[in-house]
Amino acid sequence: MSALLEVSGVSVSFDGFRAINNLSFSIGPTELRAIIGPNGAGKTTFMDIVTGKTRPDSGTVTWGEKGISLLKLSEAEIARAGVGRKFQRPTVFEDQTVAENLTLALKSPRGPLAALWFHLTGAGRQRVEELAAKVGLTDHLSRKAGELAHGQKQWLEIAMLLAQEPKLLLVDEPAAGMTLAERELTTAMLVDLAKSHAVVVVEHDMDFVRRLNCRVTVLHEGSVLAEGSLDHVTADPQVIEVYLGRG
Amino acid sequence: MTLPLTETPTPATQAPAPLSSFQKYPGGPGAEPPAGSGAEPRGSAALAPRSFLAKNPSVFWFLLALAVLTAVVTILSPALGMGAMSTSFVKTLGKTLCLCIAALAMDVVWGYTGILSLGHMAFFGLGGYMIGQWLMYARTEEIVVAALASDPIPPTAIEIAQGVTTQIFGVVGSSDLPLVWSFAHSLPLQLMLVVLVPGVLAGIFGWLAFRSRVTGVYLSILTQAMTLALSLYLFQNDSGLRGNNGLSGLQNLPGLAETSQDDLSIWFFWASALGLALAYLLCAWATSGKFGSVLRAIRDDEARVRFLGYPVEGFKLFVFTATAVLCGLAGALYYPQAGIINPAELAPIASIYLAVWVAIGGRGKLYGAVIGAALVSLLSTWFTGGRAPQVPLGFYTIDWVDWWQVLLGLAFVCVTLFAPKGIGGIFDRIAPPDRKGAPLGPDDGALMEKEARE
Ligand SMILES: Nc1ncnc2c1ncn2[C@@H]1O[C@H](COP(=O)(O)OP(=O)(O)OP(=O)(O)O)[C@@H](O)[C@H]1O
Ligand SMILES: [Mg+2]
Repeated sequence: MSALLEVSGVSVSFDGFRAINNLSFSIGPTELRAIIGPNGAGKTTFMDIVTGKTRPDSGTVTWGEKGISLLKLSEAEIARAGVGRKFQRPTVFEDQTVAENLTLALKSPRGPLAALWFHLTGAGRQRVEELAAKVGLTDHLSRKAGELAHGQKQWLEIAMLLAQEPKLLLVDEPAAGMTLAERELTTAMLVDLAKSHAVVVVEHDMDFVRRLNCRVTVLHEGSVLAEGSLDHVTADPQVIEVYLGRG
Repeated sequence: MTLPLTETPTPATQAPAPLSSFQKYPGGPGAEPPAGSGAEPRGSAALAPRSFLAKNPSVFWFLLALAVLTAVVTILSPALGMGAMSTSFVKTLGKTLCLCIAALAMDVVWGYTGILSLGHMAFFGLGGYMIGQWLMYARTEEIVVAALASDPIPPTAIEIAQGVTTQIFGVVGSSDLPLVWSFAHSLPLQLMLVVLVPGVLAGIFGWLAFRSRVTGVYLSILTQAMTLALSLYLFQNDSGLRGNNGLSGLQNLPGLAETSQDDLSIWFFWASALGLALAYLLCAWATSGKFGSVLRAIRDDEARVRFLGYPVEGFKLFVFTATAVLCGLAGALYYPQAGIINPAELAPIASIYLAVWVAIGGRGKLYGAVIGAALVSLLSTWFTGGRAPQVPLGFYTIDWVDWWQVLLGLAFVCVTLFAPKGIGGIFDRIAPPDRKGAPLGPDDGALMEKEARE
């Protein structure tokens, strides 16, 4: 099975500080992967590179069967190619309703003219309703997203991510601000999604990662320290020293 | 490829809570739907297709108000004999309606999309220049033909053209028809230029600026530089548009020499009212659907919009150019009523005023922009026209011709500080905005305050 996303030898510096150092990473089309690592390890920066927000100083990022270089594409083109992202801090459009947020994210042609002539069809409406139901926001569809609680915004953003129908989902700390029960639902949802998608999850909470029951990549100082099952990496003396040893 | 969302997802082995029980957790503690929400329409009502008027309640009231205004002005106009209103006042009102169209364009580009363009009055002026060229050329041609008609030999086309050129360009000491007047003989061609010149200029400018991701105050400064450069260029005699003389006599329509200004003024007023109605409908339509949703999203967080796959730069360029064309059309309706256009009309301050009108009226609301433009420009005409009574303070007499600018500046500062939603915000107090049946939640007042601070 060829990789959906292949990151190799990527480095990036911010004012001389190497946030990502010769990082290599690859994920298949239907795979669940957890990324863990201490604060400042470069997890978010890694997602920034894949989604085109940050341009690396060196290295390659290739996508799909044809091996397209993502480094040549704009953020919007990368998103249209099938990379969806949920941000660490929930970022929804607070001044718009939950329904509008979901409609915005809903997979559809993205140009200005297409948006002008856009009509929410029966199928689209049904899909928005399904997504809202899936994340428990049905009763909130007509509320402004800014009025939602923190946890609800997280759910809204997850629903927006699903609405885009991406091939690869980059999920940065989804469980922050969620109750224990909600965390469990999130893990279940992610595991389920990974049956047909590539899913990368960044998370600090070890119990959460354990429930994902997937391959784990440990980042430290911008490069991969260890990779394997959770038990394997947590047994790694280096990992224990830099990560688990601290907290 | 679609996600398997329709079928109930199989709970993963580790998940103690099956997904079906999920809906009991609508977002965690502290986020219960507000009391009484059971009686509210279910959330899916928010998705039900609604008619254009239902989505834009302001459209009906706006069109009604405009129709009433048009009827009143028509009855009072000198054209219909009542004569309670002077011809020049009818023209002032007609011009005001054109300024309202420009304000609508400004509101879409600034209030909705967040691009503070301080150059849109340049496009307005360009539209005026383009229609002015035809008006001036065709009128002058009539006069020249009439003058030459007394000659024993009928004049040739070349003689007429030469006569027109001397008439128009005598003031700037030129005897050749500049290249930019090549189409001036034809109304359809000049009307095309009314659209094309502002459109192409805005397109090129926007493409360069947005492609380099120039945003915020830097973009505003760039648009000011553009309008300054344009007006300085037009001030030169060799720009081909008569330098600081500008174009004049635009109130005289070719072929209608017999028609009185009384009639022309009301015709143009009607045309302006129709133009404003159409522009309002167009802007309401564009901003109410998904397009408007994308624009507001760009205004609030453009980076996030990119990650949803929308070509943000393409949207900005589209809006910038389309609103520039709308301004050009408004200018083409305005200047025949003003009678004269010169490069001062494109001065940077004109575009700043446009932004001030929209801010005072309430940006992000179409009717706010119209109210702001109408109110402030009419007040401005009143104060600067020397008709406002002077205020003798004993030691100093306030002469409004001088002090109006100060008053306007103060009003702008006050609105920015104390009523960021502008005059349009008052309407929300009287008739709260349509929340689509959803309550604001327990802390209703707090939210209004938060919005007011935005
Ligand atoms: N735009 C930037 N400019 C300067 N430094 C940056 C920038 N983005 C990230 N960094 C730095 O790069 C390092 C990696 O940051 P990153 O946000 O990727 O860490 P992280 O692994 O996501 O951490 P956390 O667990 O706290 O989210 C940090 O030291 C951060 O300060
Ligand atoms: Mg991070």
